[in-house]
Amino acid sequence: MIYLDNAATTKMSQTAIKAMIPYMDCIYGNPSSLHSAGQKANEALTDARERIARLLGCEAKEITFTSGGSEADNQAIVSAARIGERSGKKHIVSTAFEHHAVLHTLNKLEKEGFEVTLLDVGENGIVLPEQVADAIREDTCLVTVMFANNEIGTIQPIEEIGQVCRGKGVLFHTDAVQAAGHLRIDAKAQNIDMLSLSAHKFHGPKGIGVLYARKGIRLTNIIEGGAQERGKRAGTENIPAIMAMTAALEEACLHMDENSAKLTALRDKLIAGLSKIPHSVLNGDAEKRLPGNVSFCFEGIEGESLLLLLDDKGICASSGSACTSGSLDPSHVLLAIGRVHDIAHGSLRLTLSEENTEKEVDYTISAVKDVVEYLRSISPIWRDLVSGKKEFIIK
Amino acid sequence: MALYSEKVMDHFRNPRNVGVIENADGIGEVGNAKCGDIMKIYLKIENDIIVDVKFETFGCGSAIASSSMATEMIKGKHISDAMNLTNKAVAEALDGLPAHKMHCSVLAEEAIKKALLDYYKKNYIVYDSNVFHDCESCGHCCGD
Repeated sequence: MIYLDNAATTKMSQTAIKAMIPYMDCIYGNPSSLHSAGQKANEALTDARERIARLLGCEAKEITFTSGGSEADNQAIVSAARIGERSGKKHIVSTAFEHHAVLHTLNKLEKEGFEVTLLDVGENGIVLPEQVADAIREDTCLVTVMFANNEIGTIQPIEEIGQVCRGKGVLFHTDAVQAAGHLRIDAKAQNIDMLSLSAHKFHGPKGIGVLYARKGIRLTNIIEGGAQERGKRAGTENIPAIMAMTAALEEACLHMDENSAKLTALRDKLIAGLSKIPHSVLNGDAEKRLPGNVSFCFEGIEGESLLLLLDDKGICASSGSACTSGSLDPSHVLLAIGRVHDIAHGSLRLTLSEENTEKEVDYTISAVKDVVEYLRSISPIWRDLVSGKKEFIIK
Repeated sequence: MALYSEKVMDHFRNPRNVGVIENADGIGEVGNAKCGDIMKIYLKIENDIIVDVKFETFGCGSAIASSSMATEMIKGKHISDAMNLTNKAVAEALDGLPAHKMHCSVLAEEAIKKALLDYYKKNYIVYDSNVFHDCESCGHCCGD
């Protein structure tokens, strides 16, 4: 099996698994307990929080452990909204291609009377700091822009956007779920007020994540209950997952440069190979993109059948077609970069990890070529395009 | 993948009757690229019997499987039997489709009906317009 869906989730690393085990069968106490078993778990929790803070360039007390990226996004946005609301600020700036954890939270706030401005991301999938500056108003309480996009991998100018927000005194949150462990993050230096991440995108376990919130930003609870996480996130801390996440993030940050170099080479080889398929187009900027992300649209075919046939050839991939999203519309990300419906249905996302090899990339290029060619051979649209009855959208 | 039955996967992987019939007696195309699926059915009819049928489909796994199964079900049959083929029968023959994929079987039924309508019109055969869906007034995505 060739696993090329690392933006969906990753395999846990041995380092992460090993870091997890002692906290399941040995140090299993509840960190809130006063006895020694509980205090040992509490020490581990304190240690993990400090290590995560170091990796993100912030302080330990600015770290809240959550169930993952979605919860962190929800809490960051709702908290900023509640802070804004108190001084009558009910406007939020974001982008059209955020993750649904952000967009759906913004929808919820709109129903409460907030106003949301979603910025265009252009054909290359990058929002400019000037756009953010122009969109900020007197009553803006939050700017939330993702660090890197989950479908097309484009990297946003986070530090510059942070600077704009700092200058205008507006809170800045970034969904760094795809970036953490893959791109350099330094919350202080990059002017980030709040940041969300999820462990399973960098070889950690599922169901654990982090919300970083700069000192002084008052968080609003999403989950009520006990006094865990300074009273801001109730529920007994998932110590095994927290320890595994910490180990995974340390390992990813330690090897970031070499991993990035390896992935970039594989990515560019994959992009070069797939670009040779006629009437195909790369989605998102070719350079300012995650080292492991490849996203293409192929004219005349539909993504779900492409995925199923690739799966038959042993390749695990993903698509933004309507049939794979469970709705009638294709991915909002592809529509946001200006791909029309007809083209967006024929999308393919391949996301690499350090474990992939050049041989796998070569095999994948030839497999995708074969499958696209076959599906075109049975597609009535392709017949119309080739015969000139219809005009090609991708030249 | 557990999304589809073995039958669906079989017809998707090895679709029957793929292709084009030159000088077909009836051609029907339904769906649109915006919605992500298009089906085109070609019929060869002799003495009211469908002697050959071919299809081309742009769409997901269940769209391709539905086209394949539907063509199998009408091949060699009388045109009145083909007229009576329902999307439900196609879905059942495939051992079921997921709820959000039922529209693929609807497309197969519609494509066959449209090809038959084309045959009736070409041959000046009187037909009952009530049995054909009025795609223009229907909000469903299969309307072209």
